[in-house]
Amino acid sequence: MNPREPFPTGTRPGLGPLTFYGETLQSRLLLGTALYPSPQIMSDAVKAAGAGIVTVSLRREQARGRSGERFLELIRALPVRVLPNTAGCRTPKEAITTAQMARELLDTDWIKLEVIANDDTLQPDLFGLVEAADVLTRDGFKVFPYTTEDLGAGERLLRAGCEVLMPWGAPIGTGRGLQNRYGLKSMRAYFPDIPLVVDAGVGAPSHAAEAMEMGYDAVLLNTAVAKAGDPIAMAAAFAKAIEAGRTAFESGLMEQRDMASPSTPVAGTPFFDLGSDPARSRPK
Amino acid sequence: MDTANSTNLTVTLNGRKAATSAQTLAEFIAENGFGGSKIATAVNGEFVPERARAATRLNPGDTIEVVSARQGG
Repeated sequence: MNPREPFPTGTRPGLGPLTFYGETLQSRLLLGTALYPSPQIMSDAVKAAGAGIVTVSLRREQARGRSGERFLELIRALPVRVLPNTAGCRTPKEAITTAQMARELLDTDWIKLEVIANDDTLQPDLFGLVEAADVLTRDGFKVFPYTTEDLGAGERLLRAGCEVLMPWGAPIGTGRGLQNRYGLKSMRAYFPDIPLVVDAGVGAPSHAAEAMEMGYDAVLLNTAVAKAGDPIAMAAAFAKAIEAGRTAFESGLMEQRDMASPSTPVAGTPFFDLGSDPARSRPK
Repeated sequence: MDTANSTNLTVTLNGRKAATSAQTLAEFIAENGFGGSKIATAVNGEFVPERARAATRLNPGDTIEVVSARQGG
């Protein structure tokens, strides 16, 4: 097997530019906007990350309140594309209505679709996700589904009209990294031409680099940056890790071996002809 | 128009009971100080586009959601 050809399909997916629904993006880091110590730090972190897309949510507005407008002004000042989410929705109906409100409010047909199955794990309700994705894509939405590494669910989502899949690395907010490496690798190999984004559970730059080395197209994260001691510096660290991981993937990683193999040439090794008999090298 | 009934209309706004004299969603939005804000609305779980608010009549017990953009992951 050619060590530069790690995918059994015979193709090396994702070598081209990052494209979501026909739109090419420069940055492979998608950043959430929640949980930062202050709006200014959030704004500075987005810039330090060089993120091309930020996620936002919809929440209830207070009567006579202007919180939403202030937040929107902050976001609009950034050189980013906005990806609204349906975070917290537990039924397809809630997610569909939230997506419709987001489209009007934020003037975008992009939606990060979340249908949550369980409060403890915040894992996606795959059945509800497919149902909501089907309705939304028929209504003209460009859906970014927060899913798992389940291949069957991925197929259903593509059949429902999704052109991007976003499997979790670990449950939202846990920072535990890629919990199912085999599943994520399988997903990459199984959907060689579909943009894949690891979304959720990324806690350290090394986790993001690993996802990129696997051939994932991008990483979406929030808490790991927002809750860092220095979110702005951490945003920069993630940007570097993602760039490193991507370059590594494009460069073709070596294959792992079970046995050692010397990197220094064997030919010309001093005392080589003495062999490895311990008795010969024992001091007299 | 039955003014007495209209002033007694009770709806739920963002999870809280609210008395209103508004006849339509557009009036309700203005009455609650949302006028001019970047908000989106739903009534009884159904999205109501901005252009349809004036024609959306309110009924007793309606559940109204008024949302705006916020931080999210």
